[in-house]
Amino acid sequence: MVLKADDIEKAALLSRLALSDEEKKSIQEKLEQILGYMEKLEELDLKNVEATSHAVSLSNVFRPDHAYTSKEIEDILEQAPDKASGMFRVPKVIG
Amino acid sequence: MEFEAVIGLEVHAQLLTQSKLFCGCSTRFGAKPNSQTCPVCLGLPGVLPVLNEQAVNLAIRAGLALHCEIQLRSIWARKNYFYPDLPKGYQISQFEKPLALRGHLDIVVNEKPYKIHITRIHMEEDAGKLLHEHGDEKSSHVDLNRAGTPLVEIVSEPDIRSALEAGEYLRSLRAILQYCEVCDGNMEEGSLRCDANVSIRPIGQKEFGTRTELKNINSFRYVEKAIEYEIKRQKACIEAGEKIVQETRLWDSARNVTEPMRSKEHAHDYRYFPDPDLVPLILADGQINEIKKNLPELPKAMAARFVKDYQLSDYDAGVLTSEKSLARFFESALSHHNQPKAIANWIQTELLRLLKESGKSIEVSPVSPLQVASLLRLVDGGTISGKIAKVVFEEMFQTGKDAEIIVKEKNLVQVSDSGSLEKTIDAVIATNPKQYEQYRSGKDKLFGFFVGQVMKETKGQANPNMVNDLLKKKLSS
Repeated sequence: MVLKADDIEKAALLSRLALSDEEKKSIQEKLEQILGYMEKLEELDLKNVEATSHAVSLSNVFRPDHAYTSKEIEDILEQAPDKASGMFRVPKVIG
Repeated sequence: MEFEAVIGLEVHAQLLTQSKLFCGCSTRFGAKPNSQTCPVCLGLPGVLPVLNEQAVNLAIRAGLALHCEIQLRSIWARKNYFYPDLPKGYQISQFEKPLALRGHLDIVVNEKPYKIHITRIHMEEDAGKLLHEHGDEKSSHVDLNRAGTPLVEIVSEPDIRSALEAGEYLRSLRAILQYCEVCDGNMEEGSLRCDANVSIRPIGQKEFGTRTELKNINSFRYVEKAIEYEIKRQKACIEAGEKIVQETRLWDSARNVTEPMRSKEHAHDYRYFPDPDLVPLILADGQINEIKKNLPELPKAMAARFVKDYQLSDYDAGVLTSEKSLARFFESALSHHNQPKAIANWIQTELLRLLKESGKSIEVSPVSPLQVASLLRLVDGGTISGKIAKVVFEEMFQTGKDAEIIVKEKNLVQVSDSGSLEKTIDAVIATNPKQYEQYRSGKDKLFGFFVGQVMKETKGQANPNMVNDLLKKKLSS
């Protein structure tokens, strides 16, 4: 599987990662290896196999609809990079 | 060139659960920012989401009420994007295998029926809320109370052809969701939200035109206005030889226009994949049938029953069933005074008018169903006239007092004493000899004048039927 530099740049952008040219090159090689391994799987005839959506064969794990109050928010806010009036503060996103 | 609009709606409805979709935080509206959050909905590392069973039941109920095929196997997907209101960097949603497919909703616009098909209904979690206006130019504040709230997204086929149809679809959809207690339908609080995909094409053309997606339309009125504006805008564009740009546009309700969303977002690429934290949802036919069996009466069925059992007109039945709480109010009043037509009329003309003027909803009506019934019982029993009843009702609405008390306090009891009425009529005839002569010489129209005078003398409290009878007798004797 051959990837283009564009593919790596797009994946980096979508992941909000700033990569140096060196990193891009190294990641390109690693991704090509991973995708190459996936291509190997395509050699199998999987027509009658349903796509796996989960690695363990469990289904229907539920919780009852009961509300409770978590006490952790103060501690969590304390660790936030920035906060104001009980809220997380982030760089302005609109306007 | 004649154009037609092609519209599809995506409606997000908040499921009426106590707790969030994958954690036990409360979904109550209006709490202190971030007070209803926990490590799960804040997306901290190492947590495991666990599905709320009641949310699934409510979503199935919505699917059944909208005639969908409920899927026996559905799975959870991660929809990946970065935005500060989405702490995990992905939204847990359903993509490939949603809970329900292929439904429909029947609507009536200007007495014409339309069938609007529903493509799919899937479950997902809501994002948080960003606050921008707090006197800080450089930052936004994030409140994650809403993050993780259970939603269903109901996607219609592009079957809608006008703003009016879109409004009616949304109103009917809201009523159905309210009737089956899936969603409270409160657009102001964001429990029901609507995005519209709008395009136009020359009439007769099969292919769709380029569409725009309208967002930020958080009331029924805005949905219709925004779509109407957008249709006009696209027509003008095409007629000027321009191309429609596929984009997201925001409705600006202050200026009544849609505008392209200014966004640094790149083309959407959500890279959906199955969520490894959540196992598939497998339903049994028996479970679905059980929910189906317990579906409450839906608005259309209730309206049909009102027409059949209470002999109401289609229109009246439609108005009364437009909201579940209104239908409940009507039937509750009816249980105290079995006069369907009188009660239906009173609710529609008097009660809805006063509610509208005071900006109140039926849920917080200052007058109870029993009070309306008691008032109409006074009218039907001849204690007060219909005219006086309107005055009494306004006071009931202002003060919350019972009709009987207001009638007694203000001494509004209808005069049904023929002796006293005869005296008043004699006096009216005596003070209007000219009109009396004209009436006698054949000017029948003056009868109304005499009725008016008697009503004026009795301050509207005379029993109108008795006044008519007595006047006829007196004037022609």
